[in-house]
Amino acid sequence: MTLLTVEGLGIQFGGVKAVNDVGFSLNPGEIVSIIGPNGAGKTTLFNMISGVYTPGAGKVTLAGEDVTGMAPFLLARRGLSRTFQNLQIFQSMSVLENVMSGFHLRERGSVLADLFAWPTARRRARAAEGDARKLLERVGLERAAEREAGSLSYGSLKRLEIARALALDPRLLLLDEPAAGCNAVETEEIDHLIEEIAKAGTAILLVEHDMKMVMRISKHIVVLDHGEKIAEGEPAVVSRDPRVIEAYLGAQAKDKAMGEEAGHAEH
Amino acid sequence: MADFMQFALSGVTVGAVYALIALGFTIIYNASDVVNFAQGEFVMLGGMGTVFAHQAGLPLPLAALLAIALTAMIGIIFNRLAIETARNAPVVSLIIITIGASIFIQGVVQIVFGKQIYRLPSFSGDTPIPLFGANILPQSLWVIAGAIIVFIALWLFFTRTMTGRAVLATSNNRLAAQLVGINTNFMMTLSFGVSAAIGALAGVLVSPITLTSYQVGVPLALKGFAAAMLGGMGNPKGALVGGILLGLLESFTAGYLSSHYKDAVAFIVILVLLSVKPQGLFGTKTVNRV
Repeated sequence: MTLLTVEGLGIQFGGVKAVNDVGFSLNPGEIVSIIGPNGAGKTTLFNMISGVYTPGAGKVTLAGEDVTGMAPFLLARRGLSRTFQNLQIFQSMSVLENVMSGFHLRERGSVLADLFAWPTARRRARAAEGDARKLLERVGLERAAEREAGSLSYGSLKRLEIARALALDPRLLLLDEPAAGCNAVETEEIDHLIEEIAKAGTAILLVEHDMKMVMRISKHIVVLDHGEKIAEGEPAVVSRDPRVIEAYLGAQAKDKAMGEEAGHAEH
Repeated sequence: MADFMQFALSGVTVGAVYALIALGFTIIYNASDVVNFAQGEFVMLGGMGTVFAHQAGLPLPLAALLAIALTAMIGIIFNRLAIETARNAPVVSLIIITIGASIFIQGVVQIVFGKQIYRLPSFSGDTPIPLFGANILPQSLWVIAGAIIVFIALWLFFTRTMTGRAVLATSNNRLAAQLVGINTNFMMTLSFGVSAAIGALAGVLVSPITLTSYQVGVPLALKGFAAAMLGGMGNPKGALVGGILLGLLESFTAGYLSSHYKDAVAFIVILVLLSVKPQGLFGTKTVNRV
């Protein structure tokens, strides 16, 4: 059964069609990548799927339910989790607490019990702490657990964000450039981590500029340019598609003129 | 020596009230970075509400519970109508909204209940209890116990429970909080409700000693705010220590110097301390990444 279906999704910013009529689908445990030159609308597409932006047109279906424009916290409850290209971390909380927050849904109990800090409430928090430490180990951050998140390097923060997203035990994980700013060794680690996550049954939607990684781990690739889908298919097919090659080669000159990605999430 | 103990005991009593108000500031600040200057009105509403419910024939404990519950509701409504609708405004605008709300609440209470000063009967009589060579009112013990219990509960809440962390996460990064499934609007509702309830509790506990009227809120809010700043805004431990320190400063100045100078001395000490340690006694330095 399809986990995620995107149909005719589009949004405009002041008359500019940032994303227009994009559609694709995703099965459980599958890795699908969205690629395209800067400004193609990849992050905007992510923002619409994850409820950060309300789409102007089209439909998002998650496990058979219409979730178009649903608030992020409600999507999280339905098993959708994501990371950001420009990071959304709790800067002044510790690394461990950042990951613990990911267990909010699983360990949520009576608010009253929490307000009076009853033993059951504290037991739930301890359970979350134990599991959070395991996740930190998985992304190689166990030794930074007690540090303030704001003091970590960019590459470490990327992995911290993945760990927090995994704490939700998502059915669908959206990763926005997980390897950006990471060195070759770290990139390879993230590469393996993504495959492991997918093997455990979580579907992954990936935006990534590291083509080697994309070609190696994706089952299916969707190519965007100027907000529109110009190709999709298996990695081998897409990489030979003349429209894709043109978009990438033609993009170099255009990049300089256009500057930053149009649908770049600031907050 | 007896004088010293007497001043210390009354300082701790007043300080416990400041601490309760500062704890109320702490919760809303932790959830939203907003300093809620209507916090003092919650104290006033707690006291006034209890007075009128008691006059209407309810037994004192029930009247107090009713007043606390009503004040919590008012806190929640205040958040819904005034703060949530201005969600995207800068924090400074939100703080000014809270000042407006404070004036509004005072106005309404003045119209409905008048300008008289009211008194609540003490919970367990007015016979002073001898303690360390000085005397303490039974009501003072109620106030101090109230502050300590609320402090312990809040400290455990913020450091040991998932909901407490969710409140902190909401203020830290609202979008990230939503992404992990935290209903950030609910966290705001919760923190205003709890904060108002704690303010009202302070009002109930202190009204038998200090009396109450529609305008007791503002000076209390200022003192509570000063206490929270002194201890370090956002930290329950800071609120408790800051409150009691402020109470002691006032009491000793009033006792040994003159009661005219008690506010001045207290604020001078705070100014000096904050110029040396701007984040307060227990506050953490904020680091901004670019």
